[in-house]
Amino acid sequence: MEKCVLKKSWKSIVAILVTILLWEGMVRILAVQEWFLPAPSAILMEAKEVLPTFFPHVRATFLLSVSGFLLGATVGLIVAVFLHLFKWVKEIFYPFLILSQNIPIIVLAPLLVIWLGFGAMPKLIVITLACFFPIAMSTLEAFEQTDRKLYFYMEMMGATKAQLFFKLELPYAVPSMVAGFKIAATYSVMAAVISEWLGAQKGIGVFMTIATSSYNTPRVFIAIIVTMLLSLLFFSGIVLCEKLLGRWQRKGDVT
Amino acid sequence: MLQLEQVSKAFQNKSILENISFTVEEGEFVTLIGPSGSGKSTLFSLIGGLLSPDGGDIQLKQQSILNQTGFISYMPQEDTLFPWRTVVQNILLGQELYGKVNQIKAQEMIDKAGLEGFTHAYPHELSGGMKQRVSFIRSLLSPQRLLCLDEPFSALDELTRMDMQQWLLSIWKQLNSTILFVTHHIEEALLLSDKIIVLTESPATVKDILHIPFSRPRTTSLLLTEEFVMWKKHLLRMIWTS
Repeated sequence: MEKCVLKKSWKSIVAILVTILLWEGMVRILAVQEWFLPAPSAILMEAKEVLPTFFPHVRATFLLSVSGFLLGATVGLIVAVFLHLFKWVKEIFYPFLILSQNIPIIVLAPLLVIWLGFGAMPKLIVITLACFFPIAMSTLEAFEQTDRKLYFYMEMMGATKAQLFFKLELPYAVPSMVAGFKIAATYSVMAAVISEWLGAQKGIGVFMTIATSSYNTPRVFIAIIVTMLLSLLFFSGIVLCEKLLGRWQRKGDVT
Repeated sequence: MLQLEQVSKAFQNKSILENISFTVEEGEFVTLIGPSGSGKSTLFSLIGGLLSPDGGDIQLKQQSILNQTGFISYMPQEDTLFPWRTVVQNILLGQELYGKVNQIKAQEMIDKAGLEGFTHAYPHELSGGMKQRVSFIRSLLSPQRLLCLDEPFSALDELTRMDMQQWLLSIWKQLNSTILFVTHHIEEALLLSDKIIVLTESPATVKDILHIPFSRPRTTSLLLTEEFVMWKKHLLRMIWTS
């Protein structure tokens, strides 16, 4: 398994290494100032020093994104189910759903702080807003694209509306739900960091703001890299869950 | 057991079925045969209660089942096993819809169908013939007494199809259930049926009802007898002149 991953991704790994080496070399040759662009080695040195104080920030962001993701996923699934089961709800609210994604989070977040203060609430709302949409959309679409043949069989056998939903539509939508989870998981980390810019005690966002305003560019890079790693961690977590759940679709003849 | 009286159906003023009448007795194997597009599948949707006829009545045990679903067990032409369910879970689906689930009976049937060892396999791990066997057992173990099979073997290759016919003959003999079968395969119809209902091309009407006299148990060696060939000629002529 691990060998397989290595085999598939060695090209990307080489590309990353080459980029880092070029970066290091260019910064040294051109003598670029550290506040402008720090060399990878400088970032590493800074990381060694700052990591113990940085860790509580990472933990705060981690917890915030996990809870935001869970909330967003729940809302997303509920929205999908409601819009699917009640056509009139869909007719009324579908446009609002799309519009909700056109509100720039950067503008919305300060407003939420004005209304709800500096607690966890406005942050969770921001993350939920970013997370629920991909989940709701992919799930809703899967509900509506349920295999007509399976549908017809169930109807011929006299299945009730509830049986159609729980035995056919819901399990049929699971792979699409997971696809939505994957997108939402990466969104959740980004949304958490943005929400922390507005005022928090701790978090990668807070660390980032302080670093930027004091021109401590190596620390900005550390924050960026950790944010990326956190996203990656979430993503792999969901891929792992998917593998554990879906033995029936492993052979690749079911999408 | 099942009785159709003067059933008619039209879509957008185009008549599909006209005055279809026939009966299926308890324990009988009845086949509907006719050219493709002669409304056989429409007829199943009517019996299944998903469509409502423009005229006529459909009765099961002397009770009208018009517009009511759940009175027949159904096996479609295409593979409709649920990919996220194992073989045994798929087989139990028909029973689940009505509450009571009989695991032991399901396992018994899996063994009888030569699917031992595949109880917990997923559909994508099965061959086409195996999938249709599972699909057949699923409809067989559903609580309804009448099985409607809609061209169940038409997606299979000729050799697998003959295997499946032989298998169906052997299993049906033991089970003594009532089957309404749709096919456009003449040999299949003759080999399996007690009674063949020949439909005309659109609009479909009942052209003739043939009682097939071959004694049971039947095997595929019947295909080679002179009597069988005579029946085949007779049936073919009837379809061609319709």
